[in-house]
Amino acid sequence: MRYFFIIVGVLLIALTIAAGLIWVERRLLGLFQDRYGPNRVGPFGLIQVLADMIKIFFKEDWIPPFADKPVFVMAPGILIGTILLTFAVIPFTGSFLVLDSNIGILFFLGNSSLGVYSIVLGGWASNNKYSLLGSIRASAQMLTYEVFMGLSLVGVVMMADSFSLREIVEAQRGMWFVIPQFFAFVIFFIAGIAETHRTPFDIPEAEGELVAGYHTEYSGMKFGMFFVGEYLGVTLISSLIVTLFFGGWLGPAFLPPAFWFFFKTVCFICLFILVRASLPRPRYDQLMEVGWKILLPLALLNILITGAVLIYLK
Amino acid sequence: MISILRSIWFTFLHAFHKRETRGYPEKKPYLPPRYRGRIILSRDPDGKERCVACNLCAAACPVDCIALQAAEDKDGRRYPEFFRINFSRCIFCGFCEEACPTYAIQLTPDFEMGEYDRQNMVYEKEHLLIRGEGKYHGYNFYKVAGVDMGVKGKGDGDNEEPPVDLKRLIH
Repeated sequence: MRYFFIIVGVLLIALTIAAGLIWVERRLLGLFQDRYGPNRVGPFGLIQVLADMIKIFFKEDWIPPFADKPVFVMAPGILIGTILLTFAVIPFTGSFLVLDSNIGILFFLGNSSLGVYSIVLGGWASNNKYSLLGSIRASAQMLTYEVFMGLSLVGVVMMADSFSLREIVEAQRGMWFVIPQFFAFVIFFIAGIAETHRTPFDIPEAEGELVAGYHTEYSGMKFGMFFVGEYLGVTLISSLIVTLFFGGWLGPAFLPPAFWFFFKTVCFICLFILVRASLPRPRYDQLMEVGWKILLPLALLNILITGAVLIYLK
Repeated sequence: MISILRSIWFTFLHAFHKRETRGYPEKKPYLPPRYRGRIILSRDPDGKERCVACNLCAAACPVDCIALQAAEDKDGRRYPEFFRINFSRCIFCGFCEEACPTYAIQLTPDFEMGEYDRQNMVYEKEHLLIRGEGKYHGYNFYKVAGVDMGVKGKGDGDNEEPPVDLKRLIH
């Protein structure tokens, strides 16, 4: 029974935060751009999300006649599904987690690879050149960035001696991994932005050139699912950064561990939005070049040095 | 790399800047008295219409949004029988105000004229005519005009000398 409550709780928290992020992001972007953002509906515009949701539910959910219907319908579900599944292994506190898996990190990496399918299939099934271009870009970008996203985590795994996210947090009692694994953190953060394909790495969407990229043909709640999926991804990557590098729920004891986890995650979500507010979108080949020529060797070097130091200390 | 971090930092600093937004419907902006907004027709200090239906405003109007019909009252004083401004055409250039010889037509600092029905953008004389004198107080065209329209006697006008007695010059 307790198990059931935790699952429902995690689902509710994740979806509420993702929906709330729509408002948070617009307000924060307003703050960084010297304006207000939505402030009409309800106090501070808080009901804006609700209004948007009502609007999106009443919109016509149109499937283009030239689309590959079953795949078209399935694609947004895959995105939400894989991201929500990954939340199962995130340790919100030492005891509040759905699944204390001994392969937590691998589970996350596997799920994020599956998430690529949603975008590739969505773009493919739309049968539209812009969607297809967007999904080609997305697949190349996400495959590239997944390579060193995984490699950047190897250092953390070596230091914690475990794939379990809970044990990785426990291993950070002495020192947060962000200090010995600083480069891994930077690489993981960059890869995380690319993984959730947000600005500056929103090349698959690139509304300046590709209309809306892979979700050009989507409308109504299917588009809404892509939209919420992006914010779920931001929440997920932020909570993973906190878990892997910033000591998860660990913090001074005067506040409960859940608070520390929540607080750190919110900080990283705000950092995501700040990065979006300040950086332009690079060209596609530049993105690939940075990925393969700089970040991948850096990740490998990080593994090498971490391994050497660990052996030396042993 | 440094420049990327630098631009992120400067964007962050913008969080502490003053916001540029003016909350318009709640906070009205200050409009100077010479602001070119909604057009009105003003009256003399003694409450009569200033407009003499000379048609100069309609001629000056670049978008032809002014229409009027001249008429004369029993004293022979000209007035517009109707005066119609189509505000869905008006570009608020103020040429009509410049062309007006009697300060009758004036632009005011008011721009909130939104309507749901396009027909309501056409203002008739009863919508345009105000009770007061607008921007030019104490001005009465017939006080300075050459013609006697019952406003002033001969030689009583502003800046006007009494008429010269021709017979006095002869002898």
